[in-house]
Amino acid sequence: MIAIEAEGLKKKFGDVEALKCVSFKVKRGEIFGFLGPNGAGKTTTVRILTGIIKPDSGKARVNGYDVVEETLKAKESIGVLPEVSNAYPDLTAWQNIMLIASLYGMRKRDAEARASELLKEFGIYERKDAKVRGFSKGMKQRLMLCMALISDPEILFLDEPTSGLDVQSARMIREKILEIANEGRTVFLTSHNMDEVNMLCDRIAVINKGKIVTIDTPERLKSRVGGNVAIEVSFGGKVELNMENAEKVGDKYVIYTADPYKTICEVVDFARKSGAEIVSINTRTPTLEDAFLKLLEVEG
Amino acid sequence: MKCLAIAKKDIMMYYLKGPVVIFGILLPLFLFLAFWVGRDLPLNFLMAGLLSMTVFFASTSVSPVIAPWEGQMRTLERLLVCPVSTSTIIFGDVIASLSFGICMSLIPLLLALCFGFTPNPVIIPAILLAAFCFSCLGLLFSAYPTNLPSTVMMISSLVRFPLIFISGIFIPVQELPAWGKAVSMISPLTYFTDIARDSFGMNSFLPIYLDFIILAGFSIGFLVSAIKLHEHALLRRL
Ligand SMILES: Nc1ncnc2c1ncn2[C@@H]1O[C@H](COP(=O)(O)OP(=O)(O)OP(=O)(O)O)[C@@H](O)[C@H]1O
Ligand SMILES: [Mg+2]
Repeated sequence: MIAIEAEGLKKKFGDVEALKCVSFKVKRGEIFGFLGPNGAGKTTTVRILTGIIKPDSGKARVNGYDVVEETLKAKESIGVLPEVSNAYPDLTAWQNIMLIASLYGMRKRDAEARASELLKEFGIYERKDAKVRGFSKGMKQRLMLCMALISDPEILFLDEPTSGLDVQSARMIREKILEIANEGRTVFLTSHNMDEVNMLCDRIAVINKGKIVTIDTPERLKSRVGGNVAIEVSFGGKVELNMENAEKVGDKYVIYTADPYKTICEVVDFARKSGAEIVSINTRTPTLEDAFLKLLEVEG
Repeated sequence: MKCLAIAKKDIMMYYLKGPVVIFGILLPLFLFLAFWVGRDLPLNFLMAGLLSMTVFFASTSVSPVIAPWEGQMRTLERLLVCPVSTSTIIFGDVIASLSFGICMSLIPLLLALCFGFTPNPVIIPAILLAAFCFSCLGLLFSAYPTNLPSTVMMISSLVRFPLIFISGIFIPVQELPAWGKAVSMISPLTYFTDIARDSFGMNSFLPIYLDFIILAGFSIGFLVSAIKLHEHALLRRL
């Protein structure tokens, strides 16, 4: 079953081509990552899919509803955490949630039960009657997530949910995203954070300058960097390592190689001959970040 | 009803603030005193004028700044991703604004009762309709796509103050020269003032039913244009 479907989405703002031709499909129950540098068109895509703005051309369906033709139906079936948005600062957390619940047409009793449950789950129930003005950034974001979840939506759009949060708050939100997905919901997640998408997502679309570069699983994206393994060596004292592919990075050398055994032997031989002391030697597989940078590089 | 939820939010966020309420009372009062001092005018004339100014200022005071404020506070996008249409949002804003206008109108009404006047009950539907009409006008001011409340306040003042002077509040329309009468006809406030005069026992310029019809016409015109214009403006506030 397809939860979200975008086909040839284009959007211009004046002379800026924010989206050039964006197509993808998100399966039901999937956590779909949308990864791209600043200005790539992530938020624009989310805004089109959530019915805030209309594409210049192209079609998008969410939960089977056309986002342009059946905007209200599409909106009813989703929950959204916009990139930069706030709860009403002079209303309490509870009043904010209840406002959203009534805008989704929920019955009061259902809304109250669900709101208490969510606020408890996100650890802000004790503060429910405090004005949002006094909330910390992390608490505000948790409240915004509760507001996105109040209508029990099948599909959730999260536009950079952890940006600007401290490690602890970010981690809590990530755990919640996994729980949300485990309940069978579809999550559309945009992010700059490689570790985050690597950890959470079933599949990732990489977008750059308004175009989808690739869509794949995190593991396959990483393996695309090539069979290369990175070897990091650091020496005691000043040493000139003149080997092919060796790059000096900070106080160590990084060597990309397809044959780590051979390369390590060469490094060790070099050290013996020149009398240099090896302080540390590590091998690591390419990270998603390596893959991402390489993909963007190929794109130009 | 979703527009009631919006209205409730507006009232809690924007209207139930000390300065807003106090300003809503003081502004018409000051304008009025400034005009009254040194002139020998009958009290019912003053009461009718005070009532129409209060309803007008209260109904147009906050409604224009809601949209730019929401853009600036970044609550707007959260609102727009909910399954509500622009007309529901605008309608909610209108309901909040007219409720405030109606509440504020109680003050001059009570004052009038204290002075021993019993206005004709026709004033009640007239207040409801006028508060609705002026609220829609207020929302028309905020259709200009800016997130700066001060810009909208300026636009609104540029329109509101001249309207006060051409609406027969300080000088009855009957006593205006022909061109003055013509100008006064473009102000919706003229028609409400006319009804207010009548209900306080003075002669109205137009038949009351005609005042009602014209006010209703203005209301529909303002509301429809506000919704149309906001549909474009809201996105530019994101
Ligand atoms: N309302 C708008 N008016 C004008 N230009 C816009 C508007 N919204 C987006 N853009 C432009 O479209 C491009 C894509 O922006 P978008 O916000 O979608 O990027 P993004 O991937 O979300 O970036 P970020 O990671 O910084 O959030 C940018 O060049 C941006 O300047
Ligand atoms: Mg963005």
